[in-house]
Order: sequence, then structure tokens, then C-alpha cells
Amino acid sequence: MTAVQETPTAEIGKDRRRKEDQRLITGRTRWTDNITLPGMVHLAMVRSPFAHAKITNIETSAALASPNVVRVITGADVADEQGSLPNAWPITPDQKAPAHPPIAVDRVVFAGEIVAVIVARSAAEARDAAELVDIDYEELPAALELKAAAEATPENGGALAHPELGTNKSAFWKFDSAEAGTGGNVDEAIAKAREGGVVLEREYRQQRLIPAFMEPRSTVVDPTGEQITMWAATQIPHILKFLLAAVTGVSEAKIRVIAPDVGGGFGGKLQTTPEEFITFLVARKLGKPVKYTETRSESLMAAHHGRDQWQKLTIAAEKDGTVTGLKVELLADLGSHVSLIGGGVPVLGAFMFNAIYKFPAYQFNCQTVLTNKTWTDAYRGAGRPEATFGIERIMDDLAAELGVDPFELREKNWIKHEEFPFTTVAGLEYDSGNYEAATANAKAMFGYDELRAEQARRRESGDKVQLGIGISTFTEMCGLAPSRVLGSLDYGAGGWEHASVRMLPTGKVEVLTGASAHGQGHETAFSQIVADRLGVAFEDVEVLHGDTQVAHKGLDTYGSRSLVVGGEAIVKAADKVIDKAKVIAAHLLEASEDDVEFSGGRFTVKGTDQGLAMAEIALATFAAHNLPDGVEPSLDSDATFDPVNFNYPHGTHLCAMEVDTETGQVTMRKYAACDDIGNIINPLIVEGQLHGGLVQGIAQALWEEAVYDDAGTLVTGSFVDYLLPTSADTISFDLDHTTSPATTNTLGTKGVGEAGTIASTPAVVNAVVDALRQFGVQDVRMPCTPERVWKAINDARGGEKAETVGAAAPHFDASTGMEGTTDRTTGGHA
Amino acid sequence: MTRINLTVDGAKVADDVEPRMLLVQYLREKLGKTGTVIGCDTSNCGACTVHLDGTSVKSCNVLAVQADGAEVTTIEGLAQDGELHQVQESFRECHGLQCGFCTPGMIMQSVDLLKNNPNPSEQEIRVGLEGNLCRCTGYHNIVKSVQHAASQGGAQ
Repeated sequence: MTAVQETPTAEIGKDRRRKEDQRLITGRTRWTDNITLPGMVHLAMVRSPFAHAKITNIETSAALASPNVVRVITGADVADEQGSLPNAWPITPDQKAPAHPPIAVDRVVFAGEIVAVIVARSAAEARDAAELVDIDYEELPAALELKAAAEATPENGGALAHPELGTNKSAFWKFDSAEAGTGGNVDEAIAKAREGGVVLEREYRQQRLIPAFMEPRSTVVDPTGEQITMWAATQIPHILKFLLAAVTGVSEAKIRVIAPDVGGGFGGKLQTTPEEFITFLVARKLGKPVKYTETRSESLMAAHHGRDQWQKLTIAAEKDGTVTGLKVELLADLGSHVSLIGGGVPVLGAFMFNAIYKFPAYQFNCQTVLTNKTWTDAYRGAGRPEATFGIERIMDDLAAELGVDPFELREKNWIKHEEFPFTTVAGLEYDSGNYEAATANAKAMFGYDELRAEQARRRESGDKVQLGIGISTFTEMCGLAPSRVLGSLDYGAGGWEHASVRMLPTGKVEVLTGASAHGQGHETAFSQIVADRLGVAFEDVEVLHGDTQVAHKGLDTYGSRSLVVGGEAIVKAADKVIDKAKVIAAHLLEASEDDVEFSGGRFTVKGTDQGLAMAEIALATFAAHNLPDGVEPSLDSDATFDPVNFNYPHGTHLCAMEVDTETGQVTMRKYAACDDIGNIINPLIVEGQLHGGLVQGIAQALWEEAVYDDAGTLVTGSFVDYLLPTSADTISFDLDHTTSPATTNTLGTKGVGEAGTIASTPAVVNAVVDALRQFGVQDVRMPCTPERVWKAINDARGGEKAETVGAAAPHFDASTGMEGTTDRTTGGHA
Repeated sequence: MTRINLTVDGAKVADDVEPRMLLVQYLREKLGKTGTVIGCDTSNCGACTVHLDGTSVKSCNVLAVQADGAEVTTIEGLAQDGELHQVQESFRECHGLQCGFCTPGMIMQSVDLLKNNPNPSEQEIRVGLEGNLCRCTGYHNIVKSVQHAASQGGAQ
């Protein structure tokens, strides 16, 4: 459709205000928990307080007798019918994956697992009754710490998360560039560098995080009527529908899943949950609508977590900084089960540790490990933030080792802009990019040279507040994904996306997309695309999604795929509409199809002033009074697009951190980022995605960590303890972009949903470490709390390691006058 | 059960409520004011923020019986005669929301902030919104939204 491409783009690139906002700013919202149906009953979950225990008895009579309780269900009651929650990505044929019943039957394997379900007439009464269920447990040794869990065997007596498996090791996954034929032998490269080059070995920790979307998860199931309808706070209504059918045996045609307004996901709602399956089961049993909404504490405890890896990296280089090989050995904590794609998350990082660099040899090894903690799965970036962190941290360490500016080292090794398309050592073909341009732009925005000068001044004067500058030159693979590639990785589904474009008789357009938004602004951005493509007004396009009976086909929203895969499906469906309309336009204009052109929403006959608007063709098609013989009276069109490649946004992120060397307090001074995400549909939405992504990545660096105690209890189980950043913790950002259009989709776009999160974490930690290298500090474990920073400084200086006993003195004790204020400067009580 | 009488978004309402019922539960469950949402159970997130007699409160931190005789304004009552409040307008203008779940509370808190300080600095805005969590926007555009509202006389 060359005629279309010549059309001046009116909408694409415009900072349109969002269509979806009017409802959201006036409270006219439809969150799942807002839904109330006649006769609806409510669920409360009784959850295990133990990380690993046998259930020896459950006494439910008191709960049953509680006011307005309808039923109490235990795992044993439904053992034969509840099925097992699916794992869609068995990463190896011999992967060990324990059965995953929605309600534990005889053993609990993490603190927070559901043991019994209360059904009552109100949510409050259900919760009251949940307190009355009396359960006897026999505690079992819990596998908690990741490294210890990896080593545990029946012989050495280490705790096993699932004793029947005989090991905590789930799967070992490896990529080797020599074996794959994509590069050299990494062990040889390392051996050679040990002789005459440089070898750096580092171990980094990716702490466990919690996605912490703002809307707690909620599910309503209505079994009345012919279809069973589920409303769910989910990112994946289509996958959920498919898996509900596959697990329960209910016909897929009898299930309708609706994701109404969904309050954020970040991967955290990329799951088919026990709570969804339980609500579905109870509704079918009772024949009545059922609702379950989790509390925030339940959400933090039992909704899946993310990250949690130990990363061992070995990098080999020549003395001039040319990297000759990279070897990665990961331990990844799966938690209690191999969840929907939990096993595959680290594999999504397997192709990304080599990042933007031309490493000649590469090897990736990953051991996934089961423990008695909440299971892990996708969290914004899923595998790629971990990889980016590892490589960008070690590149800074290598620069420090070689005594060169970290940019100089990166530039020596990165892919030059004239070398695209470039096939990497991991076997991916990067289609486009320009690392030099993004870096030059970011450095100018940041004031790199001035800040380096200030850093030097502060070092020289011995300022107690030191300045650190952190760099992250990231890329990622997103736009999940070519179906064949996913198949080759043993993923259970494809990576296509579906769209329909329906022309209504009044000239309005309905666009159906399988990509279901939960804050990303699809309604607005997709309207802009269709408005340009069909030459209709932005306001005349209605984007429908998130209901499997409306947008019947799709693979949903994750992996920065909505625009680059879903948007392309829309483009293709719109082009089919134009093709169909052109036939009818030619007929009505009494012209040959070859003489009809489409531009700016009008079909015109070449060399004449005759023409018809798209809306006129739509009305004529609806009337169907005068169509060419054999032409069906419809312009509506579908398209299913399967991408040919991943999509590779990149960018240069720069962070300046001030570190108070006396207190360990770190303060962000400046953050500048230049991202290249190809052509931009709506710059306002893109900036918003970046801002939010940045803060999630920064939060990993500075504040967030899911912490378990020695008994396996999550001690960061509320927003009091899990430190989500506030407006007062954060700063405003300086953003810009360069443009290297993607060559694998019509619009030249690249994904942006995860970019900020992937890029920002190493920039921040690199900045903190940069400020402290002068004291001999090599690493600060995330989150870089004042305590850790202070300890890093003082440990590196060789002092005070064991001198913090006093800080542990009881605050409220007779010896301190019960005041909690005692002088501990000498290390003990005053 | 205790009888309460109050005004919510301009309408007089009366109900018998359990003494333990939270104001946010009353708004959502009894009145169907589902524009106000619940994001946590420790009064950290601020998603449930409403105005009680003209001052912002977290409605999960107020019992319904404490609102007896009071005037409550929720996000649903902020626009007057179909005309958006300037703060609502500014959140849309500056893309101060994404998923929109924190937005009702964020807007109600911003209105209160501007009432007390019509021309706040960036830092005053950041500190003033500290009790409201957002996971989508990174706060950058929320701060801009409040600045924009202030510049448009949003304190009114």
C-alpha cells in the first residue's frame, strides 16, 4: 500500500492526551473488586504460617458455625477435582516440577500457601471465619537460602523443598557459543587471558523483589448463564481462558474471561493463580457468583515474586580492553513451584548478557532451584534486567581494573552503528541501533564532563559527600516473540498477536486487539495508528480489548510486545480493510481498481476530482445495494501477526549519586537517559513508560527487597516493610531519544515498557560503587541501603567490622530505663 | 449496628453500619462509590484518600461511624456540573496517570495540598504526596500535574 505510506502522518508522533483518562480521573472505573452480582458470595483464604509443614488435621466446625458462612473447603475436599496449576515453559525435558494444587492437600511448601477456603455472604464474615479454622501442622525442615538449597541432597541432610523429588535442583540450562556455532570457546578465551590478559571474576546478587502493582488481585466468577464468566485482575485474559479449560476440562467455548480495568501488572499479573482456579471451582460447585479480593499482605506474601539470582560472571579481556569472552553461571530461585513461566525467566536473560558488545566467545549456564518461599516469575524485564545488571556492572569493574573511563571500554567493544544488522555471539540478529548517537546525546544532557570534574574536586578535597557517576548502555530483546523461536526454547505457546478492524456504517471504527492494557495507553496509541492508516478521525476509533468474547483471540500483554506485535497486527488488519474498500470504491466510482488511489481517508480516481471517503464506502457496504458481483458486504478484516524477530531497543543511561561517607546515605543528584526505541507513536506515553520503568529499576538498586526470616516467614509482608519509593524519595528525570527505526515492523517501532527498568538498576549501583572505589569498595549489595553503604566503606577501610554490637542492644530494657535511648558509642549499654 | 447520617458528594445518606466498618468500605459497599479504591491494609498507599469536611483523609483509616454528621467528597464528587476540577484536568494534561488505580487518592491529596499551599515548590509537592503510592508513573508526571494545576489556579 504505497499510497498509504505517502499519506502525511497526522496522528503518529503526536502527544495525544489519553482517551482512557476521562474515566480514570473521575472514578468511573471498573476494577474487578467493583463488580457486585446478585447472590454473590465471598471467599477468604486460610494460609499456612509455615514455610514447610505436614498438615495433620484441619478442624473446620467452628468456622462453619460462624455467621453467614456458606461452606468451608479444604484441599482434601477437592483433591481429585482441583487439578494442578500449569507450567507453560518446561525449560528442559528433565526439568523437575512438583505438582501445584491450588489448595494444599497434605503438605504446605511456603508460608502463605492456601490451606482452606471460606465461602461466606460477605468478605468480612469470610475473614472472621478464616480465623476460626484450626489446623495442626508438623513442621518440616525448610529449604530457604538459595545457595544452600542448591547443594542440598538426601545424603548431606540438607533441607529439601519437596523431599519426594530428592533434590532442590529443577533444571540446568546452558548456551555455549562454540557448541551453537555462534562464537568461540569461552574457556579457551579465559585460559588465554589468564596468561597475558585480564580476567575478572565477580559474583553479584539479584535480590528478590515483589512486583507490587497498586491494584490487589481480584477475581469474580459468574457461573449463571451458558458461559462461565470470570473477571480477573490479569494481564493475560486469553491465556487464562485457555489454561482454565486445559486444567479443569471445562470446554474452552464455555469460558469467558474479562480483564476489566486492571491496576498495573509489571509481570505480576502474568500468572494463572491458585485464587483464580479456586474462585472458578467454588462458583461451579455453588452455581452462584463468587468473589475473591486479596489483601495487600496476601498480595505481597502469595502473589509471585521476581528476580532472586546469584550471578557469577567471568570476563576475559586483552590488556587494551578488548573483551575476548564472557562466562555466566546463574543460580535462580524458583521458590516453591515452577510457575507459569518462572523457569523460563532466567532463560530470557541468556541471550542478553553479551548485550551491545561484540564478544567473540560466550557461555551461559543456569541452574534453577526450588525453595520453600513464594514462587518467582516474571517481573518487569524478566531475565533481561538481571542480565543487564551483570554485564553493565562487570564492564564498569573491568574499566576500573584497566584504569580507563568506562565509556572508553564500552566503545571499544560495542557494535558500531554501521555494523547493523549484527548477529551476536548469542545468535540474535540486532536489526538496528546507534549506540554512539545515544551515548553522545546522553552525555551532553547529563553534563558528563562537568560532573566528572566535580567528582575529581570532591575527591581531592576529601569532601565527606562523594560523587559517583554510573553508566548503563543497555539493550534488550523484547516484542515477544517469533513463535518458532519460542518453540525452539520449549515454551508452551506462540508469540503472535491478533487484531480485527470493524468498519461501522456511520464511519466509526472498532479495533479489537488481543493485547490487553493495564495502564499502557493502548486505546490512545492504537487509535493514532488506525486514524493515520484509514484516514479517519482519532476520536472515531474505539479500541476494544480484554474480553475474550469481544477480542476473541490474543496472547495478551507482557514483554513489551503490545505495539511491536499487536500494533503490527492492527496495521495489517487495517490494510486489509483498505484493500476491500478499494474494490467497492472502484465499482462506485466506475473506475478501474488500478486507477483508484487511497490517501488521507479518501479513494480518488487518478487524474480526476472524483472520490469517496472511507466513511462513504462503509455506509455503501452496509447498505449493500450496489456492490460488485461476488463481493461480500463487509469491510471488516482480521490479521494475526507473528513477528520475524525480537525487537532491540537500546539506550544510554547516566546516573549521578551523592554518597555521604559518614552516614552511608545515598542521594540521587541527576539521572539522564537517551533511549532509542525507533519511531514513536505517542511521545507522552513513551515518556511515562520510561519514568515508571526507571523508578522500578532505581527502587531495586536502592530500596526494595523481599526478606525472609530464618523460619521462612516473609518479613516484608506489608507496605510498612516492603519499601516502595514515594514521591519524596525520587527525582525528576532528563529524557531524550535518538531514532533507529526497527526494520522488522511496518511502523519502525520498538518496545518501551520494560526499557527503563532494565537500564536503570546498574546505572545507580555503578554510581554508588564509583563514589566508593577510592576506598577499595568493589561492590555494594542491593538494595544499597545506608547501612550497607556505610559498612562497605568501613569494611573496605579495614575497621569496625565487628564493632556494631551496641546497636543491637535492647531499646526497651531495664538497663536503659525503658526509654530506648542509651549511649551505645562504646558498643554496649551506658 | 449504629445509625449514621452524612453527606457524600452532595447527597444526604443514612445507614446502619457495623461499628467496625471502615469509611472506605462504607463508601464502596453501601454507597457503590467504587471510584474510591483500597490498595493496602496498613494505610500506606493512600489510594482511598477522600475529603472529610474539606480535609484529605485516608478513608481506610477512618471508621464509618466517625464520619457521622460529616461531609465527604470522593473522586466522584470532585467535578462540578460535568466540569472537571483543575487538578483532574491537569492530571490528564500532564499524563499524571497510567493504570489509574492510585489516581483517585492522588488527585484528592493534590487538591488538599494546593488548598494549603497554592504555589508549592517541586520539593513541597513531593513531600506533600509522600503518603500516596504510585507504581506506574515514577511520580515525575504527577509532580508536573500538580505544578500545572497550581499554575492554572488549581487551589480553587
